[in-house]
Formats: sequence, C-alpha cells, structure tokens
Amino acid sequence: MAYSEKVIDHYENPRNIGTMDKADPNVGTGVVGAPECGDVMRLQIKVNPETGVIEDAKFKTFGCGSAIASSSLATEWLKGKSLHDADEIKNTDIVQELALPPVKIHCSVLAEDAIKHALEDYLEKHGKTMESLHEHDHEHEDAKA
Amino acid sequence: MSLKLPIYLDHNATTPMDPRVLDAMLPYFTEKFGNSASRNHQYGWDAEEGVDYAREQVGNLIGCTSKEIVWTSGSTESNNLAIKGVADMYGKKGNHIITAVHEHKATLDPVKRLQKQGFDVTWLEPNSDGIITAEAVEGALRDDTILVTIMWANNELGTINEIPEIGKMLKEKHSEKDKPILHTDATQWVGKMPTDVERDGVDLLSASAHKMYGPKGVGFLYVRRRRPRVRLTPIIDGGGHERGMRSGTLNVTGIVGMGKACEIAGQEMDSEQGRLLKMRTRLEEGITSKLEMAVINGHPTKRLPGTTNISFPYVEGESLMMAIKEIAVSSGSACTSASLEPSYVLKALGLGDEIAHSSIRFGMGRFTTDEEIDYTIEKVVKNVQHLLDMSPLWEMVQEGIDLDSIEWGAH
Ligand SMILES: Cc1ncc(COP(=O)(O)O)c(C=O)c1O
Repeated sequence: MAYSEKVIDHYENPRNIGTMDKADPNVGTGVVGAPECGDVMRLQIKVNPETGVIEDAKFKTFGCGSAIASSSLATEWLKGKSLHDADEIKNTDIVQELALPPVKIHCSVLAEDAIKHALEDYLEKHGKTMESLHEHDHEHEDAKA
Repeated sequence: MSLKLPIYLDHNATTPMDPRVLDAMLPYFTEKFGNSASRNHQYGWDAEEGVDYAREQVGNLIGCTSKEIVWTSGSTESNNLAIKGVADMYGKKGNHIITAVHEHKATLDPVKRLQKQGFDVTWLEPNSDGIITAEAVEGALRDDTILVTIMWANNELGTINEIPEIGKMLKEKHSEKDKPILHTDATQWVGKMPTDVERDGVDLLSASAHKMYGPKGVGFLYVRRRRPRVRLTPIIDGGGHERGMRSGTLNVTGIVGMGKACEIAGQEMDSEQGRLLKMRTRLEEGITSKLEMAVINGHPTKRLPGTTNISFPYVEGESLMMAIKEIAVSSGSACTSASLEPSYVLKALGLGDEIAHSSIRFGMGRFTTDEEIDYTIEKVVKNVQHLLDMSPLWEMVQEGIDLDSIEWGAH
C-alpha cells in the first residue's frame, strides 16, 4: 500500500518517542489496543499543575505505519494545549492531516482513544472526571453569542 | 558494483525465467508453432517432438517415464486433478482422505470441497517444527483411506515433510492393491532437491514451471503407471489429450520451457543447493546475531536451502514491510492481506499471534548475490531496531512483564 509523505515522515522521524514515570502525579498515561489485533499505543502527557497546560507528551506504538504516524502526530498536537483543548482533538483531524485511507481510519480512532485515556488517568489522579473539563463549555458559547 | 533495487527475495512466490529456458522456448512461438496433436504434417511433428523431449527432461529429473507425465496449467490444476480425480475414481473403495492443515490452498480447497460432498477428512496438525511425519500419517490411516495428500516442502516455511518415509510406510503396511494413493504437492521441492518417485514411493506428484525458473501457467502431474497403476477421473473433458486425463491443446512453448527448466535444475542442483544454503545461513546468522528477539520458524535444519521464515516479535509486520520496501519479500502479517487473520501456516505451528503477526519469508534463488544478502541484513536489522525503540511491548518485555498477564482492551 502506498503511504502519504506525512506518514512516512512520521515513521522515519517519529516525534517524541519515550517513556515517562507512570507514577508521577503530573503524568497521565493511556494504553489502548491489543497485540493480537496488531496495534498497541501508549500515550503519555505531562501536565503543569499550576497552569493546567500539557508541557510534554511521549508515545510508544506497536502497529502499522499509520498507527505510528497517528500517535506521533498526536504527541505533537498535545504539547502546549490545555486539557480541555486536548480533549477536542478528533480522529477526523488526524485522518485529514495524515491523508489516511479508509482502511487506516481505525489508527486515528485508536490515537483519539489513547489521548482520552491519558487525560482520564491524569484527571483521576487529581480526583476529577472528564466531564469536569467541559463544565464551562456552554458559558463560553453563551458569551460568544 | 551497485545494487539493483528492489532486491527480489520472494522466490517461493515465483522465479524469474532462466534465459536459457527462454532460448529453448523461442522457436516454438514462431517457426515451430504447430499443434502437437496435428499428426499429418511437419509442423505438428515438430511441436510433438518438443513436447516429447520435455517429457523426457521431466522424467530424468524425477525418475519416471515420459508416459507418466500429464501436462497441466500449473500446480493448482495438478492438485485438483490428483485429489478430485482419485476421489471420484476410488470413491467406491473408500471414503477417507488424509491431509494437513498447513497445506497450500490449492490442496486445502479441493479437499474441503470433497469434504462437503461427503468424504471423511483427517486434517493432520504439525508439531511446532512444522513437519508432518510418517508416524502422524500412520496414526491416521484407516481401512477406508483412499488418498494421502501431503506437500513435500511447505511454501511459507520451507520445511520438508517426511515424504519418502510416508511412501515407504504405506508400501510396508499395504498390498499394492489396497495401498492408499500418495499424492504430494512438490511445487516447492522439485528442481531444488533430488526426487525419485520410484525410490520415494510417490504415486502422484504436482509441480509447476514458474517455481523453477520456467514460465508461468504450465506444470505437470506425475501419474504412476505401474505398481500400482493409478487411474484418475479427468476434470477437463474434450479432445482426449494426455491419455484422456487432461484435454486441451498443449501449451507447447510452456511445456518446452518446463522441460528445459527441469534439465537445468538437474544439472545445477548440487552446486545450487550448497550456494543457497550458505546464503540462508549468512542471512539467518546476520539477523539473529544482532536481533536477539528474532525467531526462525520451522525445523532448524529440515528446510529448503533457500527459504527462511523469520518472526520479529514486538514489532508489527506491516510497518516492517514498509520500512524494508527495497526488499521484495512476503509477509505473514495480518495487515498486508485482506483479512485480519495472521498466516494459518504459522498458527498451525502453535505460534502466538504476536509472533505470527510479524513474520517475513525470505526466498533466495539462482541469481541472488551475497551483496544482496548483506544489504538485506543491514536494512532489516536497522529497521527492526528502530521499531523496537518505538514498541511499548518490547519495553514491557525488557522490564520483565509477561505480556500474557495483561488484560488488553477490546478494540
Ligand atoms: C506449495 C504450492 N502449491 C501450489 C501452488 C500453486 O501453483 P501454481 O501457481 O502453479 O498454480 C504453489 C504456488 O503458489 C505452491 O507454493
């Protein structure tokens, strides 16, 4: 199968490969997929407790080129984002950016899942839920209106 | 010298034609274009002479007479003719067929069809070394067994089944009249390894030209004529060619090419075996000495000299294929085929999914060079290392975590 240039670039020069301390209270870890399905993604974020901004992100992925590229891209996008904005990353954004063909859409879904799991893990460590991220969403919309 | 890329290491899928084979074929496209069944003129005689000579060339390679060769379009057809032909002809005598789970589809599917029609089939499973032994076949024999069909060498692994031992065992246990017929799909074997249907007790043997530096679309079925005489119901009816077993105007050019390919194979087999075995060893040692997790699948020594199937656990097959796209190989990876299933052949060895998911078959051939092997080693090692650095599974294994103990999410 032919890969897009962007997928190949991420495969050849993956951004942010690495491992963070799972036990660190500022670190959130998401592991999704299963070896027998041919994909396992691990995404980690490090959050600045003062500002609530993601300062660093790392990944390791077992999977096809598209899975590697999706997770590599996700770490790039996560850095510098607030938790709220990180939760807004959609798999369709990844599909578009990497020009993934239909048979590889599941790789982007997996990456979105991994982001959610990492956020959840971080929030849990701080006694919060995912819903708490979006408590003020409607107020913003009202303000805009 | 610069390498020509991509490097072809997929000789179990098909081989390039030997230029000497092409030279032998060329006159039969133009001057000697006749129909070998035309009995009344020179054109027909010339074509028939070419076909008859090819029968002798095949006979010399596998130890049979020219009357025992039925030309076909390749091994798929040969297997179909052998399996269905025996079932139909001997179905009154018995209802039981023995084969193995990791045969080529060209055997599995005809047998499955017979099973649907009411035949009783024993599907032998290999040990983890991939080999079907005479003992396993003996254990499955019944009074109503009419056919044993076991491939000689496996196309994915290169492993060699105990065909001569099976042939001997069948002869020892039965009178000539009651003996189940032994068919072997020798597509990957003939032309590479010494074959003697008399000595090895084979009754039916399938082979294909394009696996032995001949043209595509031509092959043969060897059909034993004496002790015992094997009879087959044809699957293609028509003009009565090939003693009624396979009608249709003969593919004269292809047949001439197959004959030449057999002649060359016979002459060069000894030296080629040695050369390929050295190359295989070089490749296997080059890879496994630098990648401790790499596993060679199938029996360590009972394998074709030019074939090796290596698994790279903890890295995923498709990403590896993408990384080594300068090397034309075949992969047992799930993602490269339409289905999500890893190779049924590797699963038959009892390998876990993560091993079966990332295996590569390297098939070396007549024109492969040491330089190409060295390039392949370097490319594979570098990219597997790169993928291991990215693999969360490899990291867990390094930390001493048993991957089977983890509850993975469904997905
Ligand atoms: C073991 C085996 N049997 C049968 C076949 C089918 O041969 P053909 O392509 O001549 O029909 C192949 C080749 O793919 C093979 O490797």
